[in-house]
Amino acid sequence: MPPDDLVEKAIWQLEVCNACRYCEGYCAVFPAMERRQRLTEPDVYYLANLCHDCRPCYYACMYAPPHEFAVNIPQTFSEVRRRTYSRYALPGGFTGLTGTNFRLLAMVAALSLLFFGAVVALTSDPAGIFSVHDGPGAFEEVIPYAAMFLPAVLMALYAVVAIVIGVVRFWGETRGPLRDLFDLRALVGAGADALTVRFMQGGEDNGCYYPGEGASKSRWLLHLLVFWGFIFAFIATSIAFVYQDILGTPAPYPILSLPVMFGSVGGIGMIVGATGLVYLKWRSDPAPSDQVSAAMDYSFLAVLDLAAITGMLLLGLRGTPAMGSLLIIHLAMVFALFVTAPYGKLAHFVYRYLALVQNRIEARQQP
Amino acid sequence: MGSQKDMLDVIVVGAGNAGLVAAISAKHHAARVLLLERSPEWIRGGNSRHTRDIRYPHGAEDPYTAGVYSEEELLDDLLRVGGSRVNMELARLCVRESANVVSWMSEHGVKWQQPLKGTLHLSRTNGFFLGGGKALVNAYFKTAQRMGVEVRYEASVEELIIDGQSVRGVIVERHGERRTLWARAVILASGGFEANVEWLRECWGTAVDNFVVRGTPYNDGRPLAALLRAGAMPVGDPKAAHAVSVDARAPKFDGGIVTRLDSIPFGIVVNKHCQRFYDEGEEIWPKRYAIWGGLIAEQPDQIAYSIFDSRMLGEFLPSLYRPFQAQTFPELAAALGLDAEALTATLEEYNRHVSREGSFNPAILDNCSTRGLDPPKTHWAMPIEVPPFYGYPLRPGITFTYLGLAVDETTRVQMRAGAPFANLYAAGEIMSGNILTRGYLGGFGLTIGTVFGRIAGKEAAKHAAR
Ligand SMILES: Cc1cc2nc3c(=O)[nH]c(=O)nc-3n(C[C@H](O)[C@H](O)[C@H](O)COP(=O)(O)OP(=O)(O)OC[C@H]3O[C@@H](n4cnc5c(N)ncnc54)[C@H](O)[C@@H]3O)c2cc1C
Ligand code: SF4
Ligand code: SF4
Repeated sequence: MPPDDLVEKAIWQLEVCNACRYCEGYCAVFPAMERRQRLTEPDVYYLANLCHDCRPCYYACMYAPPHEFAVNIPQTFSEVRRRTYSRYALPGGFTGLTGTNFRLLAMVAALSLLFFGAVVALTSDPAGIFSVHDGPGAFEEVIPYAAMFLPAVLMALYAVVAIVIGVVRFWGETRGPLRDLFDLRALVGAGADALTVRFMQGGEDNGCYYPGEGASKSRWLLHLLVFWGFIFAFIATSIAFVYQDILGTPAPYPILSLPVMFGSVGGIGMIVGATGLVYLKWRSDPAPSDQVSAAMDYSFLAVLDLAAITGMLLLGLRGTPAMGSLLIIHLAMVFALFVTAPYGKLAHFVYRYLALVQNRIEARQQP
Repeated sequence: MGSQKDMLDVIVVGAGNAGLVAAISAKHHAARVLLLERSPEWIRGGNSRHTRDIRYPHGAEDPYTAGVYSEEELLDDLLRVGGSRVNMELARLCVRESANVVSWMSEHGVKWQQPLKGTLHLSRTNGFFLGGGKALVNAYFKTAQRMGVEVRYEASVEELIIDGQSVRGVIVERHGERRTLWARAVILASGGFEANVEWLRECWGTAVDNFVVRGTPYNDGRPLAALLRAGAMPVGDPKAAHAVSVDARAPKFDGGIVTRLDSIPFGIVVNKHCQRFYDEGEEIWPKRYAIWGGLIAEQPDQIAYSIFDSRMLGEFLPSLYRPFQAQTFPELAAALGLDAEALTATLEEYNRHVSREGSFNPAILDNCSTRGLDPPKTHWAMPIEVPPFYGYPLRPGITFTYLGLAVDETTRVQMRAGAPFANLYAAGEIMSGNILTRGYLGGFGLTIGTVFGRIAGKEAAKHAAR
């Protein structure tokens, strides 16, 4: 019977699949599994991250609970993915503490809020938060640039380092030598898969079985919005950085400037996408989902949504007394995203990409 | 008790492939169609939920298969395995009507597996639907319900109300309550009796207690028995069942495809006394698949052990259970609960008689055999000598039974007296004995259900409209 330990449970289920193979037409996971005679623990982490939780394999499974074999691949893989983030990112000891559950992300967000509040209180006149600031340098009147900039850079650095370590460790364990990773064809191919969120479109089956049984493109579309929204927001921030620190023009920028245009498009994409995904998730069938992962997704989407909403509000209301508080909330949300990035939902992007790269390499070597 | 005023047009008994196809087909022509299924919803779909592929004739342009498979070739294949008492009219009808099953299935929601680059191999003769049998029945349930077919689960048909040459309705037991439902026509699609251990005991005695039933626990053949009692004409070998070798650790019911084992030709097979009893290298897949169930059924305690060495591990599809493993023959015997001396002696004797001359090739009947051994191993005979050694315990696993109801070309059930019932139809496993009196053709169970389900639905609805 299916064992209790997560990795063993996953191996048991995958061995049922490997003897069955009925789902091999649905996705890349099953063919990848079939290339392996016997599954090891790293295989489980690899396959789980190759899975994009589209769920037809749950509805098609004659061994799904309450059958005694209790095969539920999407649910089990969600659990494994959750564990992947804490297993591979460094510092590992931090793992129990981070974004894997709702309360922690909420806590981090609240702490960030306190932090920025305190920074404002200590560095400038707190009453300034609630007054009107206008024209170039308005943000700095609320919060000194260094207090905005330094924590962000530090956190970004930390997130990048933690993620890079995660990349190296994940690749080393699931694939082997790091030089394998510098495989241009696979990197580009997997990149294209990722940029179009290709797999969520569904292969022969036209989309994810999400929120319920039956293929639908809505998850793909919403995820595409969040993803590109995020990229646009990132571009906006980078351009703003160039303006501010290299060209010496302080924010806020006019409506028709590049940072604001990219930021708005990205912000709207993220708001629509994240809100839509929260709605889909709320409607979704609980049977193939892992409740803890779902909570993690909700909290991540909520913070992302809040960051985007406050960003957009900041743009619209920057001439009003609300600007100061909005800025603080916005900074706190962005900060919270960074803090939890290596361990939380955001990290799925990294491991999924690596799994796609490996899958490309494998499929080429051994179709 | 329902009143005669609640008269339904068509009642379909059993929601496997045949019943679903019949209900959908009936609903195209009739107003009120009720589908009664014995099982709870989560395990709906009968044995059909364990299937994988369907056989149909096609030209080279067919996208889901690799190569031409003509109607003549299919009919030949059918007649070669189907036994001597095949109803030729029905066999021809089935082959002819199966030419367009794919388009019908697709129109009603079934999706197909495409030849993706790489791992997926298409078969020449059979089409693979995406996701297997449960996805197939899910698609049909969705279509049927969208069309307005009413489906009732946990509704077991216990009796039929027969009045001369007509059926008036059925008696249904649901949640401990019995009710009569009236209908203008009834279609039986309730499968065989493979899950009815008592009935099977009549054929094999207490040996069946050691059998595994591969599919649903709900096919107990009650409607079949009721009709045979009421004078319907039987077809198919009454004491035969299709049985394959499965892992002995499989659950008693519903283990499905993952418990089957095809390790037999890659080593030797012994019974519980460590004696070999049959040529493990006699037949190529899939024929050997269907003989070993019967062979193991004849051994003491209906158990056997497939034993091979490490060189053969990757040669066959794994079962979901891991093989027992050991470094020496006596240790393997201990792991399998066999006598160490006897097993060692059998293995050594076998190894001594392997000719070691041919070249091993699992894809064909190769030229590796034993010399002077009884029973011989005529192909794929390689010495078992590179540890670790492996063993799988095997039992017979019943797929389906052959006994069924004789029908005419419109699927009306025939009476022993000669004439058919006026408004009682049958489709699927329950009537496949008309065409396969014994033997089996992979993927043809669904073909029979789809073809005759369609006919039964249409004919029953036509009758109801009269
Ligand atoms: C493991 C396995 C794999 C197989 N693979 C294939 C394959 O790939 N291709 C293929 O063509 N065939 C395959 N077969 C054979 C195939 O399953 C059958 O030929 C086919 O499913 C028969 O369909 P059916 O609708 O007649 O019966 P079933 O699908 O068995 O449906 C009968 C239904 O009737 C219901 N029922 C029974 N009694 C009553 C009652 N009294 N009242 C109400 N409902 C009742 C049952 O609960 C069941 O749902 C396989 C069989 C097994 C066991
Ligand atoms: S999920 Fe279920 S049906 Fe799909 S391959 Fe695995 S065991 Fe088979
Ligand atoms: S959920 Fe989707 S991607 Fe994951 S294993 Fe199932 S079919 Fe594949």
